[in-house]
Parts: sequence; C-alpha cells; structure tokens
Amino acid sequence: MALSLAPKAAVPLVPFERSPGYWATVWRKFRRDPVAVGAAIVILALIVMAIAAPWITPQDPFRSSVLRRLRPIGTDGFPLGTDELGRDMLSRLMLGARLSLFMGVTPVLMAFAIGSTIGIIAGYVGGWVNTAIMRTIDVFYAFPSVLLTIALSGALGAGIGNALLSLTVVFIPPIARVAEAVTTQVRSRDYVEAARASGASALTIIRVHVLGNALGPIFVYATSLISVAMILASGLSFLGLGVRPPDPEWGLMLNTLRTAIYTQPWVAALPGAMIFITSISFNLVSDGLRSAMDVKS
Amino acid sequence: MLAYIGRRVVYTVPIMLGVSLVCFALVHISPGDPLVSVLPADASEQLRLTMMRLYGFDRSYPEQFGLWLWRAVQGDLGTSIATGRAVATEVLRAAGNTLRLAALATVIGFVFGCLFGFVAGYFRDSWVDKLASLLSVIGVSVPHYWLGMVLVIVFSSQLGWLPATGAGPGGSSSWVWDWEHVSHMVLPAITMSVIPMGIIARTVRALVAEILAQEFVIGLKARGLNEVGVFAHVVKNAAPTALAVMGLQLGYLLGGSILIETVFSWPGTGFLLNAAIFQRDLPLLQGTILVLAMFFVLLNLAVDVVQTMLDPRIERG
Repeated sequence: MALSLAPKAAVPLVPFERSPGYWATVWRKFRRDPVAVGAAIVILALIVMAIAAPWITPQDPFRSSVLRRLRPIGTDGFPLGTDELGRDMLSRLMLGARLSLFMGVTPVLMAFAIGSTIGIIAGYVGGWVNTAIMRTIDVFYAFPSVLLTIALSGALGAGIGNALLSLTVVFIPPIARVAEAVTTQVRSRDYVEAARASGASALTIIRVHVLGNALGPIFVYATSLISVAMILASGLSFLGLGVRPPDPEWGLMLNTLRTAIYTQPWVAALPGAMIFITSISFNLVSDGLRSAMDVKS
Repeated sequence: MLAYIGRRVVYTVPIMLGVSLVCFALVHISPGDPLVSVLPADASEQLRLTMMRLYGFDRSYPEQFGLWLWRAVQGDLGTSIATGRAVATEVLRAAGNTLRLAALATVIGFVFGCLFGFVAGYFRDSWVDKLASLLSVIGVSVPHYWLGMVLVIVFSSQLGWLPATGAGPGGSSSWVWDWEHVSHMVLPAITMSVIPMGIIARTVRALVAEILAQEFVIGLKARGLNEVGVFAHVVKNAAPTALAVMGLQLGYLLGGSILIETVFSWPGTGFLLNAAIFQRDLPLLQGTILVLAMFFVLLNLAVDVVQTMLDPRIERG
C-alpha cells in the first residue's frame, strides 16, 4: 500500500515472473490423468461425429427397406446391421449422437445458468430471501429425480421441448444448493470483507469475488450431472416422452428395437451401449476435473 | 435428541405441503382440457359443465387445492379415468410389487456395495481398489434400462435360464414366495441393484479410509488389538452413514423404478405411471406421484431420526 513506511530500496528486485493462472494449473493436473484425458477424447470424438454426421454417414439414415430389416452386425454395407425398418444402424447411431448429446447437455447448461444465479442470490443476500429460496428448493429436493422428471414430462406431454423443460427444472435445485453453499462460504471470507470496507459495490463483489471463486466448484458439480442427464433424457425418449420418430435418438432407438431382442439382440443393444459410453466418459471427465481443481465433493 | 427429532418432524410438514402443491399443479400444467379424456367427443355443453362441477374444476385454484388435499389426507385420491377404480386402491396394489422389488434390489446393492467398499477402503490404491472404483463408476453411469435389456438378452433370450417379463407365471396377479414367482424377480432386482451398489461402494470406501486414518485406530492397534477387533470398530463407525445411504437409495429406487418396470413389464407403480401417462389418466398420474413422493419424504425423515439415534454425534441444528 502507498502508506507503507518502509524504504522502497529494501524491496528486493526479483525479476517478475508471471505465475501460471488457475486454469493453467488445472489443465496441467488434468493432463496428467490418463483416464480423464481418454474420456475427454472420447467425448470430443462423439461431438465431432455428431456435428459432422449429416455429411459422413455411409448410408441415408432415414431410408428404410422391408427387404433388409434387422440384419446382423457385419452385414456387407451395413457394418452394424439394420434396424426394424431396415435403416442402416451405423448411420442412425452417428446421426443419433446429435439429439442425444443435445438433450443430455442442454438441460444441465440451462440449469447451471439458472441454478447458480438463484443460489448465488440466495447465498449473497441471505436473510429471508435465502430462506424463501432454499425452502422452495427443498420441496423439489423431496422428489427422487427420476420421479420428478417423469411426473413433469408426463404431465406436459411428449416432445423435445417439454423433455428439456422438465430436465432443466429437475437439475436447478441441486445446482442452486451447491451454489448457495459455496457463496455463503465465500461471502464470509476476509477478502470479501476487505473489498466491502474499501467501498466495492455489491455487484463488484459478486462479479469479482463470488463469481471468481464460486463458479469453478459449481461448474465441476454441474459436469457431474451431465451423465445423469444423458441417462434421464434418453430414458424419457425410451418411454416415448422425448424425441419422436423417425428422428434418430439413442433412447428412442433402444425403445423401437426392444421387440427385436429375440431376433437381433446385439443390434438392439447398440444404442444403449452408445448412451453408456457417453455417460461414463462424462463421469470420468468430471471426476478428473474434480481432482484437478481440488474440489471436495 | 428428542428436541432434534421434534424439530425434524415439524420441519417435514411444510415440505409435505409443498410436495402436495407440486402434485396438485401437475394436472394444471398439463396442456388441454383435463376433461377431454373423460368426456365423449360429442358431449353437450351441459354435460361438460356438470362434469366440471363434479370434478371441482369450476372453483378457484386455492379452493381446488384445499378440497383435493382434504380428500387426499382421508385417503381419497380420486378415480382413475381409464379403469374407473379408486386411484388409492390401484396405487397401493402396485406399490406392494414395487416395494418388494426395490427392497430386494437395495439388499443386493447394500451387501455387494459394502463388500466392495470395505475391500477398497482397506486396500487403497491396490488393484482391488481400482476394480471397485471402476465398478462403482459403471454402476452410476450405466443406463439401467439398457442393462436390463442386456440381461434379458443374455439370460432369457440366449441362455433361457430366467423369464424376461411379468411378475409370475401366466400373468398371475397374486404373489407367492415360490421359485416360479421369485425367478421373475431376479433379473429386474439385479438390474435395479446396480445403482445403489455403486453409490454404497463409493460411500463405504470413503468412510473406511477416513476411519482407518483416525488416531483412535492407531491407538487400538498400539494397544495390541488384533485386526478383527479393529475391523469391528471400523464397522461400528461406518454403519450409521452406510445405513442412511441405503435407506435413501430405497427411496430413489421406489421413485425411479418406472424405466426398469417398463423393460420387465413388472406390475408396480412405475408400470402404473407409464399407463397413466399414455392414457392421459391424470388423476392416476397425480395420485401415484403423490404417494411415491410422500413415501420418500417420510423415508428421509425416518432415516434422519434413526441415524441420529445410532450416532448421537451427528445431531444437527
């Protein structure tokens, strides 16, 4: 500070070295975790496949044929067989990645935005605002997540929009709870007190101190929800409450292929395997991020 | 401790009110006229108004909620539109089937979860630990409805060992504890047990590792207590939390059984929900969800109370 009485010359002249930023440290730790890196590569590959799918599918994913229904894996020209309407499984799985990933990731992103806002407000403002928000959240917490998703989506009716809405509502309470807990913790730190004493406005404190310190842990928590969201979103389509035919989506494909488990069992199991690979990869990346960022669960 | 339990019980009342409000709102967020499914397509305006009055849809929302809640408290959850039977009867019958399945799944999950968790916690960073961690990641990442299908493919379609669907031979509706019936339960129960298994294994592993690192364990060892004696202390310290997690998992399974019940055509609450959704049977949907959610709230309360009684250290404010 300018008030310092110590002579300036006493300050040793150390060559200024830029310390690596927080995210650089996290990235360095994350890179050393082979499992997490492997899972991240799988997710990147799935995303690239999803984006490029319309141009790279070997067959037309919508072209059906009565003549080649339910061909086994390894059929010439149809390496992963064909579905109950004779459509190419490989092409449909590739194109299906689009909707499946979209339906799994979007609700968590939306819930992250809304939930952390609600939680940070509750944690920062405190008092009766906190009580009102947190008690409302407790009510939603009183439902098992699968039950709440199905209740909302069942009442709203089938469709992508309704499925996304129900999933978002289900993921807001847990994210808001974490956000509230982290914010309450940060708020009582000395540096926030110091900022307030030096005249920083509430908005500045939230922007610089609360967001800067709380968003990381909230984000890690949110990433751990993507895997659940993938399973639930595909589950809704599996029940007929999400994506509607003929659009390919893994959960829906699993549903329409259920009748084929006695004729072409391994073809019928393929969409579920895709959901599993995606969900476990997200879980492993999230675990890796958690330990790289040193967040306690 | 009694004060804590009292506070905890009182705290449950507003939660239950909130849960009822959400269940009540389900019918009203539903698009379209809720009477459409009960009325014939050519119903006269007169009939529509009579039905509206009969179902109470002509009153204000707070009035409707009060009336609905008052009836629900007395055990009247309305009448199913599809079957014309009382919702409460339908839900209770189905709940018995789901509870049986979920309880068996929880027991399987608890036994194996504890086994993996203890071994992993005792031999940290060994290959057993890595295997147990892998299993628990798989347990929480696998889409269980798909796992159910794979088990059906392997054990019913390929090997022919176990039946794939239903709760008894020839669609029998009454439950008997014989192999004919129990064999129908094996695959869905194993499928269902995977989630609690992973979560319990994770919890127990962390608990055991934490307890073993505490000074009293070193103290016990220093005083010459053998491994079995130390193990008994570890179990005693880990039990309250592990049991609490198990209790909550039972609740999650009961509420989340719809996907597994759909795969296995198990005649429980999930199957009922599925039917309610596709027949647009809103009273049945609402009633089933209300019963399951209330059960979950009460289970949470019971778990908290039992946990406090087992381990007075965790008495919370």
